[in-house]
Amino acid sequence: MELSGGEIVIQSLKDEGVEYVFGYPGGCVLHIYDAIFKQDDVKHVLVRHEQGATHAADGYARSSGKPGVVLVTSGPGATNAVTGIATAFMDSIPMIVITGQVSRPVIGTDAFQEVDTVGITRPCVKHNFLVKDVADIAETMKKAFYLATSGRPGPVVVDIPKDITDPTIKVPYQYPEEVVMRSYNPTVSGNIGQTRKAIKLIKKAKRPVIYSGGGVVLGEASAEFRQLCHTLNFPVTQTLMGLGAFPGTDPQFIGMLGMHGTYEANMSMHNSDLIIAIGARFDDRVTGKIADFCPHAKIIHIDVDPASISKTITVDVPIVGQVKPILLDMLAQIESLGETFDRGRIAEWWKQIDDWRAVDCMAYDMESGTIKPQYVIEQLYKVTNGEAFVTSDVGQHQMFAAQFYPFDQPRRWINSGGLGTMGFGLPAAMGVKFANPDADVACVTGEGSIQMCLQELSTMLQYDTPVKVVNLNNGYLGMVRQWQEFTYKSRYSHSYLEALPDFKKLAEAYGHVGMQITNKEDVEPALREAFALKDRTVFLDFLTDTEENVYPMIEAGKAHNDMVMAPSSKYKRVLA
Amino acid sequence: MSRQHIISVLLENEAGALSRVSGLFSARAYNIESLTVAPTQDPTLSRLTLVTVGSDETIEQIKKQLNKLIDVVKLIDLSESFSLERELALLKVKKSDVMVQKVESLGTETLACVSDETDDYLIIELSGEKVWLDEFLASIGDDVIEVVRTGVIGLSRGERSLTL
Repeated sequence: MELSGGEIVIQSLKDEGVEYVFGYPGGCVLHIYDAIFKQDDVKHVLVRHEQGATHAADGYARSSGKPGVVLVTSGPGATNAVTGIATAFMDSIPMIVITGQVSRPVIGTDAFQEVDTVGITRPCVKHNFLVKDVADIAETMKKAFYLATSGRPGPVVVDIPKDITDPTIKVPYQYPEEVVMRSYNPTVSGNIGQTRKAIKLIKKAKRPVIYSGGGVVLGEASAEFRQLCHTLNFPVTQTLMGLGAFPGTDPQFIGMLGMHGTYEANMSMHNSDLIIAIGARFDDRVTGKIADFCPHAKIIHIDVDPASISKTITVDVPIVGQVKPILLDMLAQIESLGETFDRGRIAEWWKQIDDWRAVDCMAYDMESGTIKPQYVIEQLYKVTNGEAFVTSDVGQHQMFAAQFYPFDQPRRWINSGGLGTMGFGLPAAMGVKFANPDADVACVTGEGSIQMCLQELSTMLQYDTPVKVVNLNNGYLGMVRQWQEFTYKSRYSHSYLEALPDFKKLAEAYGHVGMQITNKEDVEPALREAFALKDRTVFLDFLTDTEENVYPMIEAGKAHNDMVMAPSSKYKRVLA
Repeated sequence: MSRQHIISVLLENEAGALSRVSGLFSARAYNIESLTVAPTQDPTLSRLTLVTVGSDETIEQIKKQLNKLIDVVKLIDLSESFSLERELALLKVKKSDVMVQKVESLGTETLACVSDETDDYLIIELSGEKVWLDEFLASIGDDVIEVVRTGVIGLSRGERSLTL
């Protein structure tokens, strides 16, 4: 088969089984777009801004486990995509981003729409390529998919100069069956000796905590992880990225940990004698003050990325490899011990944890006449039976969603954890809907974040991807305002949005259904009405309590046992 | 405690590979004392030698992060075992008998010679351990007009090697 470069790009996607490409055309990718036009297998989604394309592909990837694919033009097309690429990079999301580049003879001459895409994206990709020969396109595409989806996943950029996609230049095409790279051999199974050491510590543990992260979700190891947790009967806490790997409604789950984690999760970490970290990377929002992190604990760390081991926190038993085979190995070893790990084995520890739980750290003022943001999330949970895919933007609403919507399944909670990208939620929700057309998809957002990628409402109408936008509108950039309240004596420097659009009318202008909810008693009925409109995108603008805060909170640089609790809580500030 | 390490890296000989390495160091705020790179006998591979300073934990992270780069094939920390380290320097100085004597008196430890001579100027070529070069440079003080140094290269002694 002889194909042009443009055709090879699309045929490679077809051979990879790609369903959707999220993109935006421009000069340097016109040959590729012409190749898209001539086929029906790979469907193209025309976004309204390249950032939207990357977030949509990201949401598609996070919710499906398949890599997301993006196609943008050179120059501004590529630079607009950078935020989305960095977002995917920080959360290890498999993504292939094809960027057009100016023709080879003019590279380096400051040509129209020329930018050094490989240079600009280098620090925020797993790898990137500038393809210099039409004969190299197929193999490069294969490498890109291989790199993006294996080991610790991540985005890969393939930069393709326009002249090598020329429709008049055809070369023989064969998509490689496999690709071998001498410099890239990700570890799969863990070292048995290390696992044995881990089991020894597990046997001795009196106050163990299982702390898991996004790696369990990405490694498709949720079932094995649940089995391990239920075998050991140890308390389980999860990071923001890990939510859903273990059921949020399981009594063994002690809540999210870290800056806005639960009292019981953070206190358990602080007092633990054994931390079993699985697919988590000891992020600063999780650890708080490094010097005071888990002062009494030995640490076992399972991670696919050797560079994650002892990066910020020195660990005692590292096990490098994919989470799933390592967990299977651990399960087999535990079984051969012939010991029971029932709850009674660590009864005192569970008693202590139950006492911490009794503090009821997430209690909020439920009597309030205003619409509390927590209340909206609780109602969202109720109306969707806890089964929706929930995307979020970044800020207070993100934390409320993580705290008040317990996820029982992996890949249902879609948020920008590492980079913290405002504007992520709406396009991500669209991507989720492409991957899960029959599922309920909600985008929990705020009036600040939603305006950063609002234009994708137009794409959502064009491609009929109905999403329910839950806008927690408090008029403030809530998380900024909260920090200003706590650490700048309530000097609210530029965190109040004076002029907001009428979101109801705005949604209607985009062809969707708009609702504004101002009374607490209307919250649940409005959500029910919105989710009953199966085939419509509904924008629910909830006017919430303007100065509600996210509690508990570990302020930056403080330890796990130094939490600020809600004013309504019986514990004001805890230093145990 | 911070210590100097010499790390040798086999790198795919591809455009942009070097900037991935240097970019990693600036992005993660690691320091580079010197860096030298050239193709090996296998033209698809470059060998890069870099000198860096850091605590054991930092050096460990540097090696892991380098290994994570797709273009890095293999690396070795020369400071972990006995190795031979060399650096080459060219120095331009004002011509004088004192200077010529000084070079000749360096003896056999340092390879030193006058490599170029014009009416008024000399170019002195020196190679040896970095500390020897440092000492010589200090000894001639302000007399030096221009200096160029290659940065340290090295090989581990005996059987230990950095090969595919």
